[in-house]
Amino acid sequence: MKFIDEFRDVELAEKVIARIKLLSTRSARLMEFCGGHTVSIMRSGLRQLLPPGVEMLSGPGCPVCVTSNADIDKAIALAGLPDVIITTFGDMMKVPGSYSSLQQARANEADIRIVYSTLDALQIAKSNPTKSVIFIGIGFETTAPTIAASILQAENEGIKNYYVLCLSKLCPPIMKTLLDLGEIKLDGIICPGHVSVIIGSHPYEFIPRDYGVACVISGFEPLDILLSVEMLVKQIETDKPKVEIAYRRGVTPQGNKTALALMDQVFEVGSADWRGIGVVPASGLIISKKFERFDAEKAFSITTPPAKEPKGCICGDILRGVKIPLDCKLFRKACTPEHPVGPCMVSSEGSCAAYNQYEAE
Amino acid sequence: MDDETILLAHGSGSRLSHDLIEKNFLPSLTNPLLARLDDSAVFDLSGRLAFTTDSYVVSPIFFPGGDIGKLAVCGTVNDLSMSGAAPLYLSLSFIIEEGLTLGELKKVVASVKAAAEEAGVKVVTGDTKVVNRGSADKLFINTAGIGVIPPDVDISGANAKAGDKIILSGTIGDHGIAVMSQREGLKFSVPVQSDCAPLNKLVSDMLQASRHIHCLRDPTRGGLATTLNEFARQSGIGIRIEEDKIPIHDGVRGACELLGFDPLYVANEGKLVAVVPPDDAQKILTKMKRNKYGADSAVIGEVTADHKGRVILKTRLGASRILDMLSGELLPRIC
Amino acid sequence: MCLAVPVKVVAIEGNEADVEIGGVRRRVSIVLTPEAKVGDYVLLHTGYAINVINEAEAQETLKILEEMASLE
Repeated sequence: MKFIDEFRDVELAEKVIARIKLLSTRSARLMEFCGGHTVSIMRSGLRQLLPPGVEMLSGPGCPVCVTSNADIDKAIALAGLPDVIITTFGDMMKVPGSYSSLQQARANEADIRIVYSTLDALQIAKSNPTKSVIFIGIGFETTAPTIAASILQAENEGIKNYYVLCLSKLCPPIMKTLLDLGEIKLDGIICPGHVSVIIGSHPYEFIPRDYGVACVISGFEPLDILLSVEMLVKQIETDKPKVEIAYRRGVTPQGNKTALALMDQVFEVGSADWRGIGVVPASGLIISKKFERFDAEKAFSITTPPAKEPKGCICGDILRGVKIPLDCKLFRKACTPEHPVGPCMVSSEGSCAAYNQYEAE
Repeated sequence: MDDETILLAHGSGSRLSHDLIEKNFLPSLTNPLLARLDDSAVFDLSGRLAFTTDSYVVSPIFFPGGDIGKLAVCGTVNDLSMSGAAPLYLSLSFIIEEGLTLGELKKVVASVKAAAEEAGVKVVTGDTKVVNRGSADKLFINTAGIGVIPPDVDISGANAKAGDKIILSGTIGDHGIAVMSQREGLKFSVPVQSDCAPLNKLVSDMLQASRHIHCLRDPTRGGLATTLNEFARQSGIGIRIEEDKIPIHDGVRGACELLGFDPLYVANEGKLVAVVPPDDAQKILTKMKRNKYGADSAVIGEVTADHKGRVILKTRLGASRILDMLSGELLPRIC
Repeated sequence: MCLAVPVKVVAIEGNEADVEIGGVRRRVSIVLTPEAKVGDYVLLHTGYAINVINEAEAQETLKILEEMASLE
């Protein structure tokens, strides 16, 4: 498969690894921000192949994992309303909220359907004109334009029964929050590749400038990640932190202008509730006034019981890179993929799920 | 009148029921045991017997490369074959959702007939029920199967020994992707077909090459990864396999990328995994490759005394990682 | 949300395109990449093409990797 197989070439990988070993003379603590990177790294076993000085930490770039219990409870409450069809990406099904999960709600007769795309949700809305179809809109800037496009399409086609529970979040603001929290000293960040396809590279410039942390925007194949590690190590070794694009076939400095314009039309920046961090101003998207009839929170009145966090779950610490899953007392004991306590074990991108699946004890 | 629909009355034991059976099921499936239409099939059988049961609830019921009828026969035949048994007789129960068309039912029965003929098994007893619309997803099929195991054969998931080789009979992921893509409206320029097939003749070929096969299993739900984990747990041994030795069709690869699935967890319905003594591996492999259902067979790994109960995958890059069994449903990765 | 797959555009119809990978075809939206043409490769994320892959840059990246490999 083109643009996939070439970037999995084993011989090239071995050589890049050798190069990283040559370059690396001091310790380099890197955070791979994006859950997709965590999975790719785990699947290919990359961590084992890097020199011991290069440390890789997983960050909060898993949109399912950072969705707060309160927000999951909202989705479940909406599912319980009459004549409502909930449409959601698969990952959200098993995530436990304060009291239940979408999967449990479905077993209790709520109409909840897994979709691959907002396009599927729109189709379901068209085919079920007497029902309200609500799309659970999680994701970062990669997905936000697709949600914006779906709202615009619903507007243009006069689809009156389509709604979005807007839980979209933004990456650069949360990266700033993490750096400000200062809990871990990072030397470099592997920046999310597909988020950057949309937003470009400029939004990360504050990171090397204000915090002295190296930044490389990376693709997802093993060779992409290895190249990014090499570039980060080079920046760190030469004390020259900056923002570089390793994923040049996908990312341009200015990003995808069409996508950004669509987002501007439909969304405004607002505060968002991040698991493990709390409410962070200007870190999420809300549907603007012009399109507020699509906003599920405004269109439906729901009551949710007070949100509560599961006892002993350290998902928050793991998302901030302060702890790793192996530090958690519940990991693989009370908390397993079949009986998850927190979202990090459920989401296919979550740290705990990745560690459970791919790491030995 | 193939667009005639099945009604509740067809399952009530009434004349309609009898007509349905006599006009549609009997002619296709007929054999002396079934034709008697007694409440039970009666026959003599001696030796060590293998006995299995399965229910088939696949949706959609028709998919590229097969349908629920073919699946029901092959699945049952294969379960028996995985104990080393020669499959003989099947029972077949239909639970039909009111509203299924006669045409659809006939197609399924024709598939049952064809699959049974290919495998050389007989459907000797059956049952038909019709339930209200909404109580079954078009058609559910339940089967039971009986076969006889040759005296010198002892195959079990608990028999794997350190040093054994692991042989996979062909490409993985075909069935699950064929079904999934039907559901998701994917089109293929080179179609991915379900690999649904009866493996009893492949197994008897393998037993001709060697009587010392330790384990056999068909990696159905949960895929190859789950089956290997089952062996590791049952036998209390470790398993190491190599990613680049596992055959996968391009179409399956492409569909998995598109749908966000990992082929190692996708269901197969015409493949088997064998754990065999190292000295017999080559001759078993050679025999398998001569059978049409084993043409792409390959040695994919081996059994070790290390990391008992765990399966380790050596990735293309040469690193090792754990390959766990499937937990929960196979949900597509969108993230 | 990061999973995006490189696919080839084989046909375009208004805001939609048929794309292909490994012989598998799917209908997707190109509303975020109106500049896409038949024969282009795009990154597909949840049913939408999010950019047109820059083939020249892809070659350049591979070249960097190959040359790095032979640097001492």
